[in-house]
Amino acid sequence: MSNEDNKKVILKVYRTNYNKDDSPHYDKFEVPVKRWTTVLDALLHVKSYSDSSVGIRYSCRMASCGSCGMKINGRPSLACYTKISELKDDVVVCEPLPNFPRIRDLVSDFSQFFSHHKNMKPFIQNDKVSLDIDDKHDLVEFEQTHEDVDRYLQFSYCIRCGLCYSACPTVATDPKFPGPQALSQAYRYEADSRDDSKKTRFNIIDERHGIWRCHFAGSCSVVCPKGVDPALGIQLLKGHMLGLSKNNKKLSNLRTKNKE
Amino acid sequence: MGTVSNNKENNNINSGREGVRGWLNPTRYGWERVSYWLQRLTGLFLLVYFVGHVYETSSITNGIDAWNSMLELTQTIGGHIFLILVIGTSTFHTVNGIRLIFTESGKGLGKPGRPDYPYNPSSLNYIQKSGIWVALLLACIAMLYGGMVLFGEGG
Repeated sequence: MSNEDNKKVILKVYRTNYNKDDSPHYDKFEVPVKRWTTVLDALLHVKSYSDSSVGIRYSCRMASCGSCGMKINGRPSLACYTKISELKDDVVVCEPLPNFPRIRDLVSDFSQFFSHHKNMKPFIQNDKVSLDIDDKHDLVEFEQTHEDVDRYLQFSYCIRCGLCYSACPTVATDPKFPGPQALSQAYRYEADSRDDSKKTRFNIIDERHGIWRCHFAGSCSVVCPKGVDPALGIQLLKGHMLGLSKNNKKLSNLRTKNKE
Repeated sequence: MGTVSNNKENNNINSGREGVRGWLNPTRYGWERVSYWLQRLTGLFLLVYFVGHVYETSSITNGIDAWNSMLELTQTIGGHIFLILVIGTSTFHTVNGIRLIFTESGKGLGKPGRPDYPYNPSSLNYIQKSGIWVALLLACIAMLYGGMVLFGEGG
């Protein structure tokens, strides 16, 4: 057995329970790790063999659901996507995501974050298309080229894990600021050729606590685990709003069933 | 295995919001975050300088003696160091500000595309990043030149 197989690290876990008026503190656990052990694996090991009361939120274990976001060694990361061997440290500190209200241990409250996302009306809106359809022949589909899709596809990969929101220095001081996730989703629909509600979304984000409070610290794009690059979306959106950058968006044509 | 120790933390962080600490710590997030931090810091410094400068120049209304005694303040070693800092901060703030005018308008950040692992964000590319380095370099050169003029012969 090599030394690597016997390696152990100290997992320092932030513990608290605000419902029980429990003072925040750190618990330390010694955990055996392999080259491929993720922080989530280590936390689940703690739950199985040391302290089953450690509160964590997780689901898919493959960076798809965005549930296991936490601050790992000072930086917002997905626990399932962070290998302990890559941290190159014998002590791994796990804390709840900054800028989110804390519930218990590593579990944060995402209500406000989701509310900002919802405010952006994150769905296709098009006046030409009725949402009340009784007859299947009235169904329509939009025609889009690959170039049309490339304009927004990157931003549609967002899994709403909240890492960008917790890394943003503006969110840290302004709870009314929608944050990088919501603003990049505003751009995602603004760039989508099927959507024609530019004015509605511009009115939502063009206000005192809106998009202009972003000053391109770029931290959101640094921590994003899916390559969404929210900073890019936000700056492009600002450029469009100021009329300084071109928006080559051409609204998609509709193809109805009746035509076929 | 198990609990090794408990270290109590004093501050109440139920809301989880980092507050000013969030932007005071520029590490961990790359050059853009450092530039964000420096831009704010230099901005605040220049605001303080501006207030002091208005106070200094307004002393002329109290006569030539008041003006001369105010000027003497800038002729001390402390005054020279302060002026060198003004030169450095104003240079960085201006050059980095020009970079931000472009980047915040979506210029020089690349185009959206299909992200591939390891997901290098196009907005954090070397074209715009070099703007930060140029701003820092020019600030250093300006401070050096300012130092040579102020502390040099007849300074």
